[in-house]
Amino acid sequence: MQSGKSIIIENISKHYGSVKALENINFSVDNGEMFGLIGPDGAGKTSLIRILTSLLLPTSGNAIVNGYDIVKDYKKIRKTIGYMPGKFSLYYDLTVEENLNFFATVFGTTIKENYDLIKDIYSQIEPFKDRQAGKLSGGMKQKLALSCAMIHKPDVLFLDEPTTGVDAVSRKEFWLMLKKIKNKGITIFVSTPYMDEAELCDRVALIQDGTILTVDTPVNVVKSFDNPLYSIYSDNIYYLLKDLRALSATKSVFAFGQSVHITFNNGTNIEDVNKYLKDTGHSNSNTKIITPCIEDCFMQLMSVKS
Amino acid sequence: MRIILFLLRKEFLQVFRNKSMLPLIFMVPIIQLIILVNAATFEMKSIRIFIIDNDMSSSSRSLISKISGSPFYKIVNTGFSYKQAMDEMHKGKTDAILNIPPDFEKKLFKENTGKIQLVINAINGTSAGLISAYTNTIINDFNRKIIIDASQNIAVNASLIKSLNINYSFWYNPELNYKTFMVPGVLVLLVTLIGFVLSSMNVVREKEIGTIEQINVTPIKKYQFIIGKLFPIWIIGLFELAFGLAIGKLLFNIPMVGSLPLLFFVASLYLIVVLGMGMFVSTLVETQQQAMLISFFLLMIFILMSGLFTSIESMPDWAQYIVKANPIAYFIKIIRLILLKGAGIMEIKKDIIILVLFGISMMSFAIIRYRKTS
Repeated sequence: MQSGKSIIIENISKHYGSVKALENINFSVDNGEMFGLIGPDGAGKTSLIRILTSLLLPTSGNAIVNGYDIVKDYKKIRKTIGYMPGKFSLYYDLTVEENLNFFATVFGTTIKENYDLIKDIYSQIEPFKDRQAGKLSGGMKQKLALSCAMIHKPDVLFLDEPTTGVDAVSRKEFWLMLKKIKNKGITIFVSTPYMDEAELCDRVALIQDGTILTVDTPVNVVKSFDNPLYSIYSDNIYYLLKDLRALSATKSVFAFGQSVHITFNNGTNIEDVNKYLKDTGHSNSNTKIITPCIEDCFMQLMSVKS
Repeated sequence: MRIILFLLRKEFLQVFRNKSMLPLIFMVPIIQLIILVNAATFEMKSIRIFIIDNDMSSSSRSLISKISGSPFYKIVNTGFSYKQAMDEMHKGKTDAILNIPPDFEKKLFKENTGKIQLVINAINGTSAGLISAYTNTIINDFNRKIIIDASQNIAVNASLIKSLNINYSFWYNPELNYKTFMVPGVLVLLVTLIGFVLSSMNVVREKEIGTIEQINVTPIKKYQFIIGKLFPIWIIGLFELAFGLAIGKLLFNIPMVGSLPLLFFVASLYLIVVLGMGMFVSTLVETQQQAMLISFFLLMIFILMSGLFTSIESMPDWAQYIVKANPIAYFIKIIRLILLKGAGIMEIKKDIIILVLFGISMMSFAIIRYRKTS
């Protein structure tokens, strides 16, 4: 593949009327890489994937997938990519085997020919191969969709929020499967709203409101977080957040599950903060320094942007 | 070609796995033919008539007995008051009033002209026309009898008048059997309904489920996808026609004068028009519900303006121009010509050419509208 890049995105913008879904997207994905597109709902993840899979025309800009132009050579792209849409979109009224067979044949191949590639995944649903796809459970549907997306041995696999609405155990299992697929040399481009999944990717792009905040390895993204990060726990998160926001030393603060994550301006003494919390009635509060995760970085990048 | 075969296999699998599909294919033709053909008849039976006989003469009685002797009439009441008769009509108890004035017979013999009044409830225009026609026939018949009787009295050559008796003979449908006329039309409705509804729901169904996304990233080409989608419906449509014809023959013994292969040839062309329209609707809408509403609207207009229920010749000029763009009207005309009249390809070639043009334009619209990339 040319210059070792599977996907090259150049200045892609997509506008729906006055809504700017994507603004000047620029990045590239290496061959054989597991690349994560991380961002909240409505950030533009699906639009970008639909453009790269030739389902949507960009308003401006261009992209190369597998060495083919997404607009001019869309027919060639379609032969070499696999796409798993966010919504389950296989035939409900066909059985597991019929679905897989159908997608194999439209790509001019057979299940047998590429069985090795999908064996790990498909073997789990093979006992149900005569069941209609609409009657499968969520996790099985997802495995079937992945099998169908890979049955023609694509060079690049696009997955649009594959783990949305899937339980924690199945999510873990799914990422293990993706690792195996990646090890077979297939480039994986996956979008997800879950920050914890970012750490499983080789590189991630953080996307927000149609613009890319950063593109880097998960480790480097975390490293870019320069301020010490504290986690503060209190009985009443709502008042804790309110009081900390009122504190002049606070640089950024946001709720994070049962506690708040906070950074302070340089030269702030953490003891002063603890005293302030005691004074404002958070007697039960507990402050500790933590290592930031991707989500912290995302929140910080977002606040910098706005 | 291989891809089309796989698409076809998939479509057929889905069609026959659909639980409502098989009953639909077999029950719809049977039910439609039995109900529509028997119900939608223009023959009038038991016309309710109110008779006001203020003359009470032998002539008036003779006229009344002619009416009561006809199987088409049922005399609901007789009386002397026009007001009473009108009340009955207002209440919907009678369809027509025959008013015979007091000196009907006297005038008839003295002035050679007698006047009677016929009042018809014309809320339903079609039946009013038929009542008027039937009653006029009876009165004419009565009239002729009087002239003959009178002429015998005044010694005019009776045989001369008798020779003016007009006898009707209805070509291609000698008994004016309404069923013979209706069955081919209902068969067209059937083929249209099945073809249009199935094709308009088909592509949009893939849109709704989202499978069209998955199909679009495959190397399947536009034309392959469309052929794969429409061919099974085309087959089902032709099968429906064959099945319907068989029922028509068995239940109604409809005549099949012309060539059946020619009929199926025209039907296969006609189905391309219908499928093209359905497909076009399917590409315009986003959900099956929208597709259903639009096809309902279009079918309603096409069917009511097809000449099946109302004669095209009696429509106003502007409506007749619209009918020229109605493929259903052409096929109804062709199927009647073939089945009842035994028309060959030369007699219907003009209509066939029009159907072909419709087919080409509808299919082009549909294919242009259906785009793989938005």
